[in-house]
Amino acid sequence: MDDTTLRVLATIVPLAPLAAFAINVFFGRWRLQHLTGLIASAALAISALAATGILLGTLGRHDAAIVTLYRWIGVGTFQIDVSFQIDQLSTLMMLVVTWISFLIHVYSMGYMHDDHGYWRFFSWLPLFVFFMLVLVMADNYLLMFVGWEGVGLCSYLLIGFWFEKPAPQAAANKAFWMNRIGDWGFMVGVILIFLTFGSLAFRDVFAKVGIAQSELLTAICLFLFLGATGKSAQIPLYTWLPDAMEGPTPVSALIHAATMVTAGVYMTARSTPLFAEAGPALLVVAVIGTATAVLAATIALVQTDIKRVMAYSTVSQLGYMFLGVGVGAPIAAMFHLATHAFFKALLFLGSGSVIHALGGQQDMRHMGGLKPKLPITYWTMLIGGLALAAIPPLAGFWSKDEIVNSAFFRGQGYEWFWAIGVTTGALTAFYTMRMLWLTFHGAPRDRHLYEHAHESPRVMTTPLIALAVGAALAGLVLGWPPDAGWVHQYLGPLFERAEAIDYSRIAVLATISAVAGVLGLGLAWLTYARRRPDPERVARTFAPLYTLLVNKWYLDAFYDHNVAGAFRWLFGASWAFDLAFIDGFVNKLAAGFQIGGRNLRRLQTGIVGNYALTIVLGLLFVGAAYAYLRLRQ
Amino acid sequence: MLSVPLGWFIAVSSALFFIGAAGVLVRRNAVVILMCVELMLNAANLALVAFSRRLSDATPRGSVFVIFTFVIAAAEVAVGLAIVLAAYRNQPTVEVDEIHELKG
Repeated sequence: MDDTTLRVLATIVPLAPLAAFAINVFFGRWRLQHLTGLIASAALAISALAATGILLGTLGRHDAAIVTLYRWIGVGTFQIDVSFQIDQLSTLMMLVVTWISFLIHVYSMGYMHDDHGYWRFFSWLPLFVFFMLVLVMADNYLLMFVGWEGVGLCSYLLIGFWFEKPAPQAAANKAFWMNRIGDWGFMVGVILIFLTFGSLAFRDVFAKVGIAQSELLTAICLFLFLGATGKSAQIPLYTWLPDAMEGPTPVSALIHAATMVTAGVYMTARSTPLFAEAGPALLVVAVIGTATAVLAATIALVQTDIKRVMAYSTVSQLGYMFLGVGVGAPIAAMFHLATHAFFKALLFLGSGSVIHALGGQQDMRHMGGLKPKLPITYWTMLIGGLALAAIPPLAGFWSKDEIVNSAFFRGQGYEWFWAIGVTTGALTAFYTMRMLWLTFHGAPRDRHLYEHAHESPRVMTTPLIALAVGAALAGLVLGWPPDAGWVHQYLGPLFERAEAIDYSRIAVLATISAVAGVLGLGLAWLTYARRRPDPERVARTFAPLYTLLVNKWYLDAFYDHNVAGAFRWLFGASWAFDLAFIDGFVNKLAAGFQIGGRNLRRLQTGIVGNYALTIVLGLLFVGAAYAYLRLRQ
Repeated sequence: MLSVPLGWFIAVSSALFFIGAAGVLVRRNAVVILMCVELMLNAANLALVAFSRRLSDATPRGSVFVIFTFVIAAAEVAVGLAIVLAAYRNQPTVEVDEIHELKG
């Protein structure tokens, strides 16, 4: 592919969604209305095809292509271009983002059909895709930061999409605040990078990584990782993601599962050359990732809202990805990112289909027995669920297994990460099975809802089927054979390989994790299908543990009381200061002018004689003053 | 040639001017106000002519300037009376205090 074609395609990829946003936001409300969905989907299709074109055109190429659009900032040595880095990593992300977004746009045309904010939805959604593409295509940290902030904004707008209700408002604010903390960290990291390396372009920074002291480099990486914990919902900033489920379900699928939340993983993987030299920073990433994976999986065990189960599962899976980056296996992390995008988008869209069928009911305690009513949704979600539970040969198995295996092969105590990862895998399988069983099997718990349930229209089921194919096959197609599949050969040139692969040990490890997954599934089936042990009795027996999990480890409450409380006091104080001093000063000043004006107005009598008298008096005064001054000389 | 001192001219001129100014300020009748304005203009003319004679310039610039003042005064009276007539047609009065429709 010659450079001009590449340039054109690389420009089309982000600009098509931006154009759809511009058209829909300006003409959507009064003119286009339901055409907005078609426009956005068509733009996404164009974008996805262009991204595929880039992939096919650059397959043989190993070095990164830089497509510079224009010079953005040029002040002395501070030179920033708006330019895209087209390499294997960004191409992979572009493909995931555009294709999954396209499917979700199509699905949304059915899901959002009766919503009065239809045009608004199809304005924000392509805008989000645009910013996400800027984030993954940027060739420097500042442009990446633009995308980073942009997706945060769109996330806020879409979580608070139904802003007439208080809960989405609160959730949107929470997401924004949590992300601000992370963004602060990312920004500090970027500033430190510029001060240290004198550039923000990836290729310059990574080429000069040796000149930084290791303590400084560790600090940079930790600040960047703080940004990643905000965007990718890791401890300590993960609490916004479950609340973000107040947004429409396609938003949860696209932004809060498949794409935006993976931005942190992508950024960390992109910064691998920095992290690789930063010693302790990688260990921090691995520990945080693992802890988040376990914590979120345990909370997911007791959630009753179908979307919240998925949300905690997303947090948990993102933890796995960070574990992958942390143990020095960014390829495995990116692989899991890609497969996760398929099956988690599928699961969210499937639960959206269930919610749609039940007229907005999200509580699994009111579901049950929906399998015959929603056959397509059931079968596709079953595939997605088994992929999430990492049952071979579905997608999740290959990628997740590779992450935990990488931890095991690292040795030196990293085997613990493997053990925790495999145990968490069993928990994952348990809550997935619980979710599927409570929704689709057993006796219907709400007769009324059950009677009125209906399968979703074809515009919604077709994306489900497409994603189910991806969730079933992506792992095998991209990752077979283990550690030498297509994704490894494709991303391989970007990352240094750890060591040669020992297939015999992989087979043993893979069997162990597959058994763990099946055990989790079986235990959930016994508990919820056979009621041996009865779930209510288990909850009563382990009452303290159950309460702890239902209350989400009291982390939300802790933040609310201790952290948010201090901020609330600060905000109250500054509000009072604002009222008393700043507003007070301005109001007094304005009142002074008002009184002055009211009194001065009396001079304007409208009687010409008065004005003439004033002129004469003034003349006399000037004459007298002149005469007096002359006489004094 | 009998010479009247300059001071007397100035005194008459000032007296005429302040009579005119007082008339403008105290009278209500628009026609009388216009007449008083004429008086002030002529006071200025008198001063100009007196200075012109006294300074005995080669070209009597002060006297020439008076001619200009006459012309402008004539035009001013024409416009002023036209305004007074127009106002009278609108509202049958020439009392300036009663014509205050345009006051904000």
